[in-house]
Parts: sequence; structure tokens; C-alpha cells
Amino acid sequence: MNAADQKRLLREMTFFRRFEERAFEAYMEHKIGGFLHLYIGQEAVATGVLEMARRGHDYVITGYRDHVHAMKAGAPPREVMAELYGKETGSSRGRGGSMHIFDPNAKFMGGYALVGEPFPLAAGLALACKYKKTDQIAICFLGDGANNQGTFHETMNMASLWKLPVLFVCENNLYAIGTRIDRSTAVTDQYKRVCGYNIPSSQHDGQDIEIVMDSAKKAVDHVRSGKGPYFIEYLTYRLRGHSMSDKTAAYRTKEEEQQWQRRDPLKVYADKLKKAKVLTDDDIKEMEREIHEEIENEVIKFAENSPAPRVEELNKYVLDDNPDPRWIGPLQNTYQ
Amino acid sequence: MAEMYYWEAIRRAHDEELANDINVIVMGEDVGVVGGTYKATLGLYQKYGENRVIDTPISENSFCGIGIGASMAGLRPIVEIMSINFALLALDTLINAAAKIRYMSGGRVSCPMVMRTPGGTAHQLAAQHSARLARLFMSTSGLRVVTPRSPLDAYGMLKSAVRCNDPVIFIEHERMYNMREEVPDKEFFRPLEGAEVVRRGTDITLIGYNLSLQLCLEAAKRLEKDGVSAEVIDLRSLKPLDRETIRRSVEKTHRVLVAEEDEASVGVGSEIITTVIEECFFALDAQPMRIHAADVPVPYAENLEKAAIPDADDVYRGALSMLGRA
Ligand SMILES: Cc1ncc(C[n+]2csc(CCOP(=O)(O)OP(=O)(O)O)c2C)c(N)n1
Ligand SMILES: [Mg+2]
Repeated sequence: MNAADQKRLLREMTFFRRFEERAFEAYMEHKIGGFLHLYIGQEAVATGVLEMARRGHDYVITGYRDHVHAMKAGAPPREVMAELYGKETGSSRGRGGSMHIFDPNAKFMGGYALVGEPFPLAAGLALACKYKKTDQIAICFLGDGANNQGTFHETMNMASLWKLPVLFVCENNLYAIGTRIDRSTAVTDQYKRVCGYNIPSSQHDGQDIEIVMDSAKKAVDHVRSGKGPYFIEYLTYRLRGHSMSDKTAAYRTKEEEQQWQRRDPLKVYADKLKKAKVLTDDDIKEMEREIHEEIENEVIKFAENSPAPRVEELNKYVLDDNPDPRWIGPLQNTYQ
Repeated sequence: MAEMYYWEAIRRAHDEELANDINVIVMGEDVGVVGGTYKATLGLYQKYGENRVIDTPISENSFCGIGIGASMAGLRPIVEIMSINFALLALDTLINAAAKIRYMSGGRVSCPMVMRTPGGTAHQLAAQHSARLARLFMSTSGLRVVTPRSPLDAYGMLKSAVRCNDPVIFIEHERMYNMREEVPDKEFFRPLEGAEVVRRGTDITLIGYNLSLQLCLEAAKRLEKDGVSAEVIDLRSLKPLDRETIRRSVEKTHRVLVAEEDEASVGVGSEIITTVIEECFFALDAQPMRIHAADVPVPYAENLEKAAIPDADDVYRGALSMLGRA
């Protein structure tokens, strides 16, 4: 990979990190409500996998920890932030919030709160791609906990049976809220769980973006070539709590957290690039300064200054707002 | 113009919509090779191929989810669930996903899909095959719920459901598949919205939907012999509900009875009577009445099943008692 791309990828991951840290601040200032699930510590997975996909072409879908997936897929960061702020200019017009970012222009088909629900939706997107004979694929990101839902098994079966072009990315961060994986799951290596469905799979380090990219490229190529689904597992770690209120102390040790801090994907990549003389500490400082300015001047300002949705439009978007009367009515021959 | 069975009307709508739009697909258990448990897709697998008429494994929640995902990417899936009881397994994808995606995305993504299913009590199938869940879907924002009363409406409404851009829950009835009616040969559509006055009268309004509408019609015929002029309204669409047609009828007749096959507790009837109270309370000359199923899981024994489920006689007697003539 050339140096320019390497620098860009480090910048993207750093941007995503600072974006979420800034969202955290806004949450503390009560500018963001609801649940806010940060992706801090896992950035190399979404960034690396989607680097290997075709932006705005391949479908992407995930759970509630969705900000970074949406942005890497192509959703404008300021619209994502405006969504967190509940503004009309947000990705979902302020109707979805943090857990429900949508951007069909980026083919980002949503974040979903129901654990495991995106599995079949992803397979459906893939079914449409296959049916229309396009060269698109669907990429579904979910956590380790999601694999204990029935939809996991049902969908793996159908995706394999029908050879659907869908890539399942399992972000195994070892916990489902406060339940460590070995306390909830009989087989802790997630990639092994799909062999009963004849789906090829593999497990990789999720903290080194270049490892993520190499492995994801093979998986994406496999799926795009028409050979059916692929299941790829990344070992990763969420460095923050599950959501804002979670303090983590009840279920994991400081030592474990520190161990994973040392494998922070930003640090791993920055060290690698410095060692390879692709960039210096000064370059990183400059990059951080630019990112800070971009987030404050473009992202936050936009979110702050955008209007809230109009209460008069509360009932908009429930059903098609401009339905064809031929299918909907009114019924002609009714009451005289 | 030919007489058609209800199942034939549904099958014809599938056939025409598959022919009309390449984006239409059909999915469900045994809809393909076998042609559907109630023959709703008979021969269509042979005609349109396995990519368009898809036999699924027994995974209701996920094959509904696959239909929903496909609809988000531009297809128009018609998903059959073999019995409405099994739709309980699909409530996550139907209610948490299909009903909410348009709203949660600020109108940027939609789910133009149809979920068809027979919902009702038939032939001693016992508790786990006799659920009536219309009221459950009726209480969900973001869904359309329609309940065609006859072959003609079933044909015309299914065609509209396929073309409309919202998720539609299309509820049929096991005991109606063999009902016959004249259906014009030329293609037509019946709108999804709007209650219909199917019989005019002046003394009492009988309201039903799907099979219970047929009970109301039968009762109205008997009432006529007793000199009672009953107006009969078919709700057709449980969501959205046509409050206007209900109000105008009750303002004329001053009496209202709602017949449903569901248990009464928090049912379709509760909603209709509430609507009447809100819209035209002072037009009422008598307390409104609900004719409904007993509040029990549906029993197997023939006599018990019959006792649990309302029939035309119950509607007839209910109406007479409201008129003080029982
Ligand atoms: C169906 C359902 N059950 C429970 C929850 C509550 N819940 C939210 S996230 C979560 C843990 C999910 O863990 P995992 O899939 O590993 O994802 P992670 O949060 O680690 O990214 C649970 C139990 C939910 N949102 N949906
Ligand atoms: Mg997890």
C-alpha cells in the first residue's frame, strides 16, 4: 500500500475517534439524548473492511454502534452528528438518532437496535443484488452477542442455501454489555459456528488495520465472485463502556483494559507508520489539529446551527406521504 | 366474468403482478413446488421459476426479514406465512423493522412488501392454529392492515397491496378460501383504504371485516324478515381506519354492533366502539354492542369450538336485543 493511502487511513480512523469523543462531550452537555454507543477501540474493523468494499455501491448494515460504519460507507459526518443532535438535517431527519443512522445515498441501510435483526435484512439486500444480477454485495457488521439470536442461525442457513452475496463481519469484542463471551456462548471462536451451514469463515486480529484489509479483501472477493456468503471474525475490544452509563468495572479488570489499550488500533497503526517513516510525530500533530478544526467548524457547528424537526411534521414518514390513489383510494362507491 | 374461489382470486393477483413487474417475488413455506398450503400460488413456481417463487425453510422471522431487506433494495416481495399463529415468530422483523424503517430513516428508506396470511378459526384446528391477531397488527404504527371480505376484494386489494409503497399485512381466512364470487375478467384494482357500505339500512349498523362481515350480511338478511333494516359496513382496512364512513352510518341508524372473530379484550371492536363514542356519541340511541369470541384459547372439541366463536346467529340475536325485540 502506498504512503498516501496509509496516511489517509490513519487520518480517517483518527477522525472517527475524535468525532465520537466529541459526541461524548455533547452527550455530557445534554445536547445528545437516548443511548449513545461508542465504537472507540474497534475503528480498524469498519474502516478496514469498508476500505475493501465499493463505497456507495455495496450495501452496508449494522446494529446500534453504527456511527463509524455509516461515515466510512459515505454518510457525511456533519449529517451523522446532526442526527445525534436530533436535527432536521440529520441523516435520518432527526427521527432515528444514534442507533438508527440511515443514508441510502451511501447504501448505508441502517443501524438497528434489536440485536441480531440486521442478519436477515442483510441477506434480503443481498438477495435483491443477486436477483438483479448486479455486482453489488451486502456487508453486515454485528457483535459477538448477536450470534446467539435465532436470526443468526436462520439467516446463515438461507444465505448459504441460496448462495447470497453477503459478507457477515463479526466484531468479537468479547462482551455483550457486561456478559463476557465465555459466560454466554458455548463456542467462543465465532468463526467456527458457521461451519454447520457450510459457510467459509476465518478469524483475524481486528486491531491492525492492514491485517483487517488483507483478510477483508479475500472475503469481499469471495462474496463478489458469486461463491456465496463469507463469515469473517475480528478479535477486537471496546475501550469504553457499552453505552454512556456503563462503567465496566463490574465485569472486567483494569489490567485487561490496559492490555487492550496497548493494542488501540490508532496507536498500533501510528507506531507502524512512524517506524516505516511514512510520517512523524509532527505530521500526526498537524493531522490532529486539522481534524479538530474540521470537527468544530464543520461538524459541530452544522449540528448546533441546524433546526430541530418541526412538530407539525410529527406524522410525516409513517406511511408513504404521497401515495398513488389508484392503490390507496379513496374508495369510490361508498356512503351516499 | 366468471365465478372464482377466494384462493383462485388470490392466485390470479399473484400471477398478474408477477407478470407485470419483474421486481415482484413470492416467498414462503411451500409456496413453490407445492403451490401453497391454500393453493394461493399454484403453478406459479412452474411458470415463473425458482428465483421468483421461493420455497423457504421454516424460519418465519428471518424469511420475513429477508423479504424486508429485499424490499429496501427495490424488490416487491409477497411473503406468505402459512398461518397467522406463525407470524408471532416474525413480529420482530415485521413490527420492529418493516413498520419502523421508513420513519426511523426520515422517509429515506421504505419497505414495499406484503405479508399475506390466513388468520382465523377453522375446522377444529385447536388453540395453536386458531389465533386471530388482526388487532395486534392494527395497533402498530407504520403498517397497513387489510382484511378482504370476498374473492373480488381479495384479488383487487392484493394487486394494490403489491403496488403500494408501504408494508401491508394482508389477512385472509381459512374458512373463506372456498367462497365463490363473480370476478370480472378484465384487470382491476381495489383501493386499500376505505370502509364500504355493502348493504344499506336505517335501523342498525352492523360492522364486520373479513369473515365476520359475512356473518353480518347473513344476520342482516334474517333481520329483514323481521322487518329490521340493517346497514352493513365492511371495514376492509383495519389500519388506517375509515372513521368517516362509520360515523355517517351511525348518525343515520343510531345503533351499532361490531362483529369480530377475535376475543374482545382490547380488540378490533373496542377500537370501533371507541371511534363511535368519539365521533358521534350523541347520535346513539342504544348502548353499542360487540359480538366476539369467548376469552379462551380456542378449544378442539367441535361443540366447544362452536361455542367459542361467534356465528351469524349471534350477530342476529345481538341486533334484535339491541332493538329491544329479543
Ligand atoms: C433483541 C435484543 N435483546 C437485548 C438487547 C439489549 N442489548 C443491547 S446491546 C446488547 C449486547 C450486544 O452485544 P454484541 O452483539 O456483542 O455487540 P456489542 O455491543 O458488543 O457491539 C444487548 C443485550 C437488544 N438491544 N435487543
Ligand atoms: Mg460484543
